[in-house]
Amino acid sequence: MEPLEIVNRLKTKYLNEIADVTEFRDQVFVSVNRDRISDICRFLHDDPDIYMDYLVDLCGVDYPDRQHRFEVVYNLYSVKHKHRLMLKALIPADNPSVDSVVPIWAGANWHEREACDMYGIVFNGHPDLRRILMPDDWEGYPLRKDYPLKGPADSEYKGFEELKDLHSHDSEWNIQ
Amino acid sequence: MEDTKNSSRVAAKEMTLSMGPQHPATHGVLRLVLDLDGETIVKCTPYVGYLHRGVEKLAEHRNYMQVLPLTDRLDYISSMSNNLGYCVAVEKLFGIEVPERTEYIRTIVGEMSRIANHLLWLATHALDVGAMTVFLYCFREREAILVFFERLCGARLTVTYPRIGGLKNDVDPKWLEDVYAFTTEFPMRIEQYETLINKNRIWLQRTKGIGVISAQDAINWGLSGPALRGSGVPYDVRKVTKYGVYDKVKWEVCTGKNGDVYDRYRVRMDEFRQSNSIIRQCIEQIPEGPIMADAPKYTLPAKDKVLTDMEHLIHHFVLITKGPQTAPEGEMYIATEVPKGELGFFFVSDGTGKPYRMRVRSPSFVHVAALPKLCEGELIADIIANIGSIDIVLGECDR
Repeated sequence: MEPLEIVNRLKTKYLNEIADVTEFRDQVFVSVNRDRISDICRFLHDDPDIYMDYLVDLCGVDYPDRQHRFEVVYNLYSVKHKHRLMLKALIPADNPSVDSVVPIWAGANWHEREACDMYGIVFNGHPDLRRILMPDDWEGYPLRKDYPLKGPADSEYKGFEELKDLHSHDSEWNIQ
Repeated sequence: MEDTKNSSRVAAKEMTLSMGPQHPATHGVLRLVLDLDGETIVKCTPYVGYLHRGVEKLAEHRNYMQVLPLTDRLDYISSMSNNLGYCVAVEKLFGIEVPERTEYIRTIVGEMSRIANHLLWLATHALDVGAMTVFLYCFREREAILVFFERLCGARLTVTYPRIGGLKNDVDPKWLEDVYAFTTEFPMRIEQYETLINKNRIWLQRTKGIGVISAQDAINWGLSGPALRGSGVPYDVRKVTKYGVYDKVKWEVCTGKNGDVYDRYRVRMDEFRQSNSIIRQCIEQIPEGPIMADAPKYTLPAKDKVLTDMEHLIHHFVLITKGPQTAPEGEMYIATEVPKGELGFFFVSDGTGKPYRMRVRSPSFVHVAALPKLCEGELIADIIANIGSIDIVLGECDR
């Protein structure tokens, strides 16, 4: 099915949710409101003609100047029908949260954790939302546009808190 | 039998074992926290991020030309494929058509990189599982390929050979001849590896029926590459995305049936033969012609002109320091089939010389995420076979 056909199907069902449709070099991006994202994903996954069974990728994007600061991009592909659709959930800055799609695609688990780690987007209903690439006690969200590439010299990461505790209590580990 | 089962149940005590991050069989700095009931894995929790270098953040502060060397450091085992994936993605974003000769050379080096990667995979995987002999045989052929890369571009591991819109330099006929000679001999080598392990009872017992994942689950977890095809899903990005000359040569997508460690091994062994055949056909068909695309706004000028001509020198300087100033605005996702699976680049371009956002969809990240699915409920010894069979590199996983 052509991507635009899928968009038309989506429009007949969720017209009020769709904010924008853009096309660039044959790839179609559909921006939707975040509120019913899990319904929309469930529809795209379950509909036998669309059948987006493969979540290729899920990532966040930060646009500090826009009304909806964050976007979560769902890269959907159907192995059966060989078609692709890019879905974008628009997320405001004051409450960066969106429903998790882990119940639909198990592979979304780590992608969502990474988006949370890098952008601070909270995925409601995620089974295990912890930082993944950065240490647990890291402050800030590195891929946000207002996060500097290199901070001042005194802002260097001091190391794991738990390791420091270990060092001070256990003489065997007390390496100077 | 009944007795031992009962007694083991009485004696069994749940225990937590931390495996890694420094462990020879985790193929890098991967840490697994295993909850064990006796020798059975109840729960497996992978911890990653030890090799996180912030490639995606760095890319936002570098221009398109400067990002290329960063991609070598993703999957350093097959850096050629990463470079290619990046260049193909940027070319599609910019709308550059690459000359035919370049497409042929890229396909050749891409498949050589696949062979080198699978050789390293087979060597270490077999070593982990206990078949030690095959290790050095694989390294012998891998060395030959690395020497070919060295002759081609001067580097063995982090090659940075392709360029946006073309290649660093053309190949010479002698090089092609030697690669052709290598591919004539290589099928015999594959048979050698197979005689070493195909009938090895230890190998068979440790791989057959281990780490089974159904086709539906494999798709649902987002697996790609041989890990997905081992479950019988004929999904290969080389057939989906148009790049290289994969539509001009004869080859097949290799698939397994049972989705276990053994089938993933079979898929990779079959891919050796397919890649070998693709290289041979490419060398037979390769046409003469230019190697850089005719898109002066995006591609670097020829080196001899840079050294003799002022205009070209300035052009070169601007492209390297500021990046292409007329990049189109837009966003797109382009994937290529690297040896480990689907390597995708998602670009958001705002028209400046730097990517506004570069997302790297790395196969290893997805595969490590699916590791608990593969090994929970199995024995602790099988986790080694499972890690090997999904073929991960942590540099790519953590980015």
